[in-house]
Amino acid sequence: MNSTSTHFVPPRRVGIYEPVHQFGMWGESFKSNISNGNMNTPNHIIIPNNQKLDNNLSEDTSHGTAGTPHMFDQEASTSRHPDKIQRRLAQNREAARKSRLRKKAYVQQLETSRLKLIQLEQELDRARQQGFYVGSGIDTNSLGFSETMNPGIAAFEMEYGHWVEEQNRQICELRTVLHGHINDIELRLLVENAMKHYFELFRMKSSAAKADVFFVMSGMWRTSAERFFLWIGGFRPSDLLKVLLPHFDILTDQQLLDVCNLKQSCQQAEDALTQGMEKLQHTLADCVAAGQLGEGSYIPQVNSAMERLEALVSFVNQADHLRHETLQQMYRILTTRQAARGLLALGEYFQRLRALSSSWATRHREPT
Amino acid sequence: MDKVVRMSSDKGVVIFSKSSCCLSYAVQVLFQDLGVHPTVHEIDKDPECREIEKALMRLGCSTPVPAIFVGGKLIGSTNEVMSLHLSGSLVPLVKPFQANLC
Repeated sequence: MNSTSTHFVPPRRVGIYEPVHQFGMWGESFKSNISNGNMNTPNHIIIPNNQKLDNNLSEDTSHGTAGTPHMFDQEASTSRHPDKIQRRLAQNREAARKSRLRKKAYVQQLETSRLKLIQLEQELDRARQQGFYVGSGIDTNSLGFSETMNPGIAAFEMEYGHWVEEQNRQICELRTVLHGHINDIELRLLVENAMKHYFELFRMKSSAAKADVFFVMSGMWRTSAERFFLWIGGFRPSDLLKVLLPHFDILTDQQLLDVCNLKQSCQQAEDALTQGMEKLQHTLADCVAAGQLGEGSYIPQVNSAMERLEALVSFVNQADHLRHETLQQMYRILTTRQAARGLLALGEYFQRLRALSSSWATRHREPT
Repeated sequence: MDKVVRMSSDKGVVIFSKSSCCLSYAVQVLFQDLGVHPTVHEIDKDPECREIEKALMRLGCSTPVPAIFVGGKLIGSTNEVMSLHLSGSLVPLVKPFQANLC
């Protein structure tokens, strides 16, 4: 390195990770200024004023950024054009400095995002544990999952989480006692508790429907597979019978007759409510479609439209009443042991639907 | 009240409804499914709508519509009709009024 004011810098990656060893360039006096091994902050090297080129780069002189180690062409041109080299070096230093600042900002962004992600994952875990449906790619605003603005709904979601927990516990207990020996009186108690538990759900839903009927009707508080079978905010009473009936071994003639009649009347009631809902949709659609062309979002009979929506609450209540009565009648028709088996079958059916929803959600996340 | 009594003592199934009430419509559909043709009074089209509502409430209906009478006797609202039907008691009640007795 016999050229005058130039020196050869060994080739390195642009100056972020490695300490700068630019001794030769600025002479011995600056060695002490170089902070070695400090990766995160720009190295501060004070450039003396007697180097004219550096005077022009006042930024550099004031903060004292380190020069950029980079590929340096040791061709003949270096010895012939020292100024050019100086300029180039200074530009490189500047570029490196900016690059370091950009990187710092980017890393800070990444850190923040990482913390946010951890937070979100924790929330998701908590929600899943409580049995809420949380799918992948969920947009909490549009689906209204955490309706923190509606206390009635927030309360319902929490209560429902507990409801599912208790449901699972009851199913477990039923399974255990049906495999073992239990006297009829104790079994009856279990069955009655299970029934009361369902009735409790209908009561909860009634309050929630008053708070936000669309939330209840959407079934967003249930898992995806359950939602597939949704009918006016819950399961179809006729489906309930379909799930229960195969599990009854011996039915008396009277029971068979009663079950047959229940199936029929349940279906008729369900159909009547379905048609009522359809009429509601039609009248609401007519209401919204009425009015002059070009009036934008103005609804001429908005009060009437609102009344129709109020009617939804009644329909949800009626549907739950139908579910309630169906369960009640089944309990009346069956023996205690049969009712216990039926409730176990029903509970396990919903457990399987929830498990299916989980499997489905996980399946989506696997790399294809 | 007199008017209500008069209107409800029509033979057969009488439903007090409102033209906007879709739950009343559901009840009508149910009776039709059972082979009954109910008489439907849309009280919102009646000038004395308010009085009729009050009378129905006084008779014991939780909501004025739908109010269902069978053979002059108040059965109740949608809840009561559904409960009766699922317990198998509705059909015997309306049997005398079924269009086709088969």
